[in-house]
Amino acid sequence: MNRIEVAKLSKLPEKLGMSLKVGEHDIALFKLSNGKIKAVENRCPHKGGVLAQGMVSGEYVFCPMHDWKICTESGEAQGPDTGCVKTYKVEVQEEKVYLCL
Amino acid sequence: MEKKKLVLIGNGMAGVRCIEEILKIDTEAFDITIFGSEPHPNYNRILLSTVLQGDTSIEDITLNDRTWYEKNNITLYTGETVISIDSEQKSIYTNLGREVAYDRLILATGSKPFMLPVPGADKEGVTAFRDIKDCETMIDAAQNYKKAVVIGGGLLGLEAARGLINLGMQVDVVHLGSQLMDRQLDGTAAALLKKELEQQGMNFLMEKQTAEIIGEKRAEGVRFSDGSMAKADLVVMAVGIRPNVQLAKDGGIPVNRGILVNDYLETEVGDIYAVGECAEHREMVYGLVAPLYAQGKVLAEHITETGTSQYEGSVISTQLKVSGVDVFSAGHFMDEEHTKSVKIYDEVEGVYKKIVFQDNRVIGAVMFGEIQDGPRIFKMILEKQDVTGIPKIAVMAAPVEETAESVVASMTESEVVCGCNGVTKGAICDAIVNQGLTTLDEVRDCTNASRSCGGCKPVVSELLEYTLGDDFKYIEQKEAICSCTSLSREEVLEEIKSKNLKFVKEVMHVLDWKEKEGCSKCRPALNYYLGMMNPQHEDEAASKFVNERMHANIQKDGTYSVVPRMYGGVTTAEDLRKIANVAEAYNVPMIKLTGGQRIDLLGIKKEDLPNVWAELDMPSGYAYGKTLRTVKTCVGEQFCRFGTQDSTSLGIELEKKFERLNTPHKVKMSVSACPRNCAESGIKDFGIVGVDGGFELYVGGNGGTHLRAGDLLCTVQTKEEVITMAAAFLQFYRETAHYLERTSKWVERMGLEYVREVLFDEESRSQLAGRIEEALSYTKEPWKEIIKNKETKEKLFESLSV
Repeated sequence: MNRIEVAKLSKLPEKLGMSLKVGEHDIALFKLSNGKIKAVENRCPHKGGVLAQGMVSGEYVFCPMHDWKICTESGEAQGPDTGCVKTYKVEVQEEKVYLCL
Repeated sequence: MEKKKLVLIGNGMAGVRCIEEILKIDTEAFDITIFGSEPHPNYNRILLSTVLQGDTSIEDITLNDRTWYEKNNITLYTGETVISIDSEQKSIYTNLGREVAYDRLILATGSKPFMLPVPGADKEGVTAFRDIKDCETMIDAAQNYKKAVVIGGGLLGLEAARGLINLGMQVDVVHLGSQLMDRQLDGTAAALLKKELEQQGMNFLMEKQTAEIIGEKRAEGVRFSDGSMAKADLVVMAVGIRPNVQLAKDGGIPVNRGILVNDYLETEVGDIYAVGECAEHREMVYGLVAPLYAQGKVLAEHITETGTSQYEGSVISTQLKVSGVDVFSAGHFMDEEHTKSVKIYDEVEGVYKKIVFQDNRVIGAVMFGEIQDGPRIFKMILEKQDVTGIPKIAVMAAPVEETAESVVASMTESEVVCGCNGVTKGAICDAIVNQGLTTLDEVRDCTNASRSCGGCKPVVSELLEYTLGDDFKYIEQKEAICSCTSLSREEVLEEIKSKNLKFVKEVMHVLDWKEKEGCSKCRPALNYYLGMMNPQHEDEAASKFVNERMHANIQKDGTYSVVPRMYGGVTTAEDLRKIANVAEAYNVPMIKLTGGQRIDLLGIKKEDLPNVWAELDMPSGYAYGKTLRTVKTCVGEQFCRFGTQDSTSLGIELEKKFERLNTPHKVKMSVSACPRNCAESGIKDFGIVGVDGGFELYVGGNGGTHLRAGDLLCTVQTKEEVITMAAAFLQFYRETAHYLERTSKWVERMGLEYVREVLFDEESRSQLAGRIEEALSYTKEPWKEIIKNKETKEKLFESLSV
């Protein structure tokens, strides 16, 4: 597995997403209110909305386009919508955020 | 006990709907396996024409995605075709050599498009219009070629033709008969339809029999039996469909036109059933969705042994899905010897309606141009209503009492209530009954109805009332802010005040929100209420919708649009030059004038926004906010020979005074200088019309989702009075409206008389005006604030890249 340093922890705003591009991957990075960092594909399964710009609540993000609710842990859209975004493994070490690809 | 094995052949609408019905009754009854020849999960075939016409995408028409199959433990084989049935061994075999045993087998093999057996029909560029693949073939062809010929002037052919026109092709429609849609329309309606479609750019070749498709490898034209020809790079055959019965026939299952079934959808071979377009019931084969769904329901009950309903055939109604054309047809619509009919033909408006009677009952109808009575008439046909003693012409016009009673009662189950999400009346009523829903919000969360534009909310509300009957009245219709709390707006405001709450998070915590961190509905609402109650409240970025957080409008591709302020819609050469320079410097892909008389720069990258603003050096036009958007003005007395007031100056003054004010929803204003009303003041939240010696003030107008003419609030004499009245009106709206409630809805909820009472009272008016002054005194120009704040720029506008 490829471990890539992508950000300093302090640079990530809380409860807001950050767009991240790693090669071909468009990723939305979130620092949740519990301090956990989550990374998902930055494209809503509905119509490709930029999830990084969504409103974050707990471990969920609301897509800014049509308000789909996506779980940042599992990547799954919440009912009644269905669909799934890819999730990425994130590791934090010494104030640095790593993405595992 | 081991579960019985159920195999469904055909992964289309009818078969899968039947499985859904079975799962609704009992999720544990069967081990289910589904085979589909197409590589896709179940999709809405009916909407293929909307895909072609560009209204939806293929992804949008999926009905059950693969996770649905997984969730329901259904084994799905797509792209795999069942090639034989052994009804003695009770097994089926596929083209990939798979053998699957069944206890019960449902055939839902649908139809095959009928391809004319003419020479050249196998050439490249000749297609049917039946599945996603055909749709893709047509879309591809439209990118490379110009000219299409659609063979068949029926429902499908016309929808295909319209789609190809939308895709930029020139289209000839070839029809064998002398009138279009001859299975659904009579001569008069067909002629009107033809005229309308010709105006849309369709060319018709009537009474032509196709003899040959000519061309080398690819189709180049069509030759007809009379020797004439038509050029064609693409030929679409839409001459009809045939039930797909080969598999059944080979398996020894009796077929006629379709697979023969009885009232329980049983074929003549034990434990084998057929539903949908492949089935023939009482000599009828149906190709429309409502009967197929009805069959699925009956079969589900029968196969789970939970009911004894019988399928007794369907009366069908049709609507053509071509934008700008309203056609409705149902039942027996042709005049015959034993029938009588009532007709209205308004040549001026292009409206035609015919209702056919037999023995004092309505048996059919055709409508063109005006079809809103369609569902009501259709219901009369279904119920075989006796209209003895009623003047037949009166059947044509909806009886006043009946419509007042309930419009929703007369809607059919399959009628779509929520057009955005394709939710039918049946689906909503089912959910209300089966899930025990009692509020609009619950219906929205469970079915998606009213979730997008919200235009159907009144109908959903009526459906609730209609379905729940008397129960509805006993349920308190207190509207909670959202599903995170049971508290209403009023209760939350009261708590904020009495407990002196200051932050969104604090409100949610103290008031014990069910969802600790709220949702996309309540958080922006709370943020607004806190700001409205305390003008010094700091807006919370994390609780704002993207556009308001970014101070720009997000577009579908994730870029943004920028609209600089242009007070009253009046600009200068200098500003235009700045805008032009920025547009060039940032390669702005589209520059567009907005409906509010502004210039919109579209397609700007997020990272560029602060720089674009800095270079524009103009204030934000707030085209994105819940705030005063624009004050639209007409030319006015400075130049116009009709103007009675200086509309531009007044518009500029109003816009400068009230810009940046946060409001429950967007607010649009306008000033016209005379009753010709060139600035459209009748459809603005606050519209001003100059008259000789004064101004008329209109409130609650709306030109959007809920089109509404504004109410005349009052007439005043001076500019100063206009401004005070506008100030008091806006503040009263800010203080009493629900978040996201436009003034049009608000005025109706409050009552115009009450609004007048408050605004006409000198004391309350001046207090309101005073409070708005305070709120305005704390506003700041957002673009400048962001440009000078490095941290905000980093957090909101920068992206990471590795």
